[in-house]
Amino acid sequence: MKAGFRQSMAWLHTWSGLVVGWLLFAIFLTGTVSYFRPEISLWMRPELQQAAPGTRATEVVIAEMQRRAPAAPSWIILMPSERNPVASAFWRDPTATPRGFRQAQLDPRTGGDLAARATAGGDFFYAFHFQLFGLPIPIARWIVSFCAMVMLVSIVSGIVTHRRIFADFFTFRPRKGQRSWLDGHAALATLALPYHLMITYTGLVTLIALTMPWPILTNFEGNRAAYTAAVFGIDEAVPRAGVATPLTPVTPLVAEAKARWHGGEIGRVLVTNPGDSTATITFQQQDSDRVSVSRRTIIFNGTTGAVIATREPDGPADATRGVMYGLHVGRFGGGVMRALFFLSALMGSAMVATGTILWAVKRRQKSGAGAGTRLVEILNVGAIAGLPAAMAIYLLANRLLPVEMAGRITWEVYCFFIAWAVLLLHPLFRSHRRAWQEQLWLGAVLQVAVPVVNVVATPGSALAATLPAWRWDIAGIDLACLAFAVLLGGCACMVGREAAAPRQRRGAVQSAAAE
Amino acid sequence: MEARRIGGIVSRCVAAILGGYAVAALSSIALARLGSRVEGALIGMMASYAIYTAAVIWVFAASSALRAWVGLAIAAGVFGGAFWLLGVA
Repeated sequence: MKAGFRQSMAWLHTWSGLVVGWLLFAIFLTGTVSYFRPEISLWMRPELQQAAPGTRATEVVIAEMQRRAPAAPSWIILMPSERNPVASAFWRDPTATPRGFRQAQLDPRTGGDLAARATAGGDFFYAFHFQLFGLPIPIARWIVSFCAMVMLVSIVSGIVTHRRIFADFFTFRPRKGQRSWLDGHAALATLALPYHLMITYTGLVTLIALTMPWPILTNFEGNRAAYTAAVFGIDEAVPRAGVATPLTPVTPLVAEAKARWHGGEIGRVLVTNPGDSTATITFQQQDSDRVSVSRRTIIFNGTTGAVIATREPDGPADATRGVMYGLHVGRFGGGVMRALFFLSALMGSAMVATGTILWAVKRRQKSGAGAGTRLVEILNVGAIAGLPAAMAIYLLANRLLPVEMAGRITWEVYCFFIAWAVLLLHPLFRSHRRAWQEQLWLGAVLQVAVPVVNVVATPGSALAATLPAWRWDIAGIDLACLAFAVLLGGCACMVGREAAAPRQRRGAVQSAAAE
Repeated sequence: MEARRIGGIVSRCVAAILGGYAVAALSSIALARLGSRVEGALIGMMASYAIYTAAVIWVFAASSALRAWVGLAIAAGVFGGAFWLLGVA
């Protein structure tokens, strides 16, 4: 019975992994780089790199918004932080096309506009990793949740299959074909196993109100707004009274918030009905100084400055949700912790990649090169080696497309997808080894090209300028590209060596397979 | 023989994906009765994917597809019954 259980789990692990492997790799890798979303965004907007948060940002930005949009129903302002020196303001304006919204990037020291090239920045990778691209958002999120669910099942069945977890930790037999892929896959999986379980489960939890809404139906009689208000502290809008009343000075409110939060910084400001007697000012705390993202919130009366309500995470389940979400997005703990999460996530990506490669290697050994095996091999190359190359293209497009180009944001994204599509088709016309080698080398060259093109296109944000200024947030992107280039080049060399001596290896592979 | 094998696999996949989801959904509303409105809802939602995973593992570990379905039906009955009983109380 015990052997039967392990066998059925091995079957489940093999096939569940394959079904979602390619999409999962893309979700994992774009999610991995999203730990540095603000840094990527700043790298992609070199015009903003000299901005600084300033000390009176809240006062400055609210004063500026009173000039710009005194009659807007509400302003939402994302305050600057140490990772993002810009304040972003959003407000409703019926004359704005196409969606009735305006937004501005404000200098938190002066309130003036900060003009930067149009780009989606790191938000593109971030959004792709949980809602893909071009699909209706709920459908895309369902697809991603499905992939994550299969991932969870793969992890659990994988643990059962490779129960020698401690031994796998230290086992690697290089240059032994299938055996090496298996060892590599198991080592990557076990090294960061707690991380893989955590990131998959917490990822599912972030989309849970969409995929498992039934408790909202039973506990809130299906009133989603009531649930949102209770969990996220967002209340429904109150209509204007029509009595013009000036907004209260903000400085005492800022002091009050900081005192209540023991020095915690303001992350988000919401002002409703500014200039009216019904105005409210809401501060939400920044979430970079603790694990949980459950937002501590203070709501002030906008004309008297009196505290109307506060919201703290209320029960253990709410606190748990906040911690799960916080662990997933990894905004706490500073750069070193984030770098460790980044490395764990890279191992997760590599685990998925080696898993799909192992499937094809094993299959070819057992039943030769059938159409199914060949299809998997073709998809493996484009999905795994093609993606980092396309991601480099996205960064390169940011520097090479004209700054004044119309539809620039969209074209950066199109460049990414065109490159990826070409690389998905390319293995159709090449031998399997050739396809791997060419795409890995191409990826390495493109990654090297990122810091090089940066020197030519925007010298002010290149390594020669950012390293002496200790701007690790910006230099880190260039350095990471170089590291990725080394990694991809190393993989390409590995494939090359394998091709150089296939004969002598065959015997070793067969004895390993017989084990 | 081959057709039976494939039929068994398809049956298990349906049981795992849809049946497992149904069990998880029933568990979520049963557990949601255990706390206040917010707390209960969050407990039910957050625990549901652990239940879902356990259900999927069960489906593929069971010795036959029929047993897999029977096991899911029992779990669904238990959670559905708990939901109903806790609602009455």
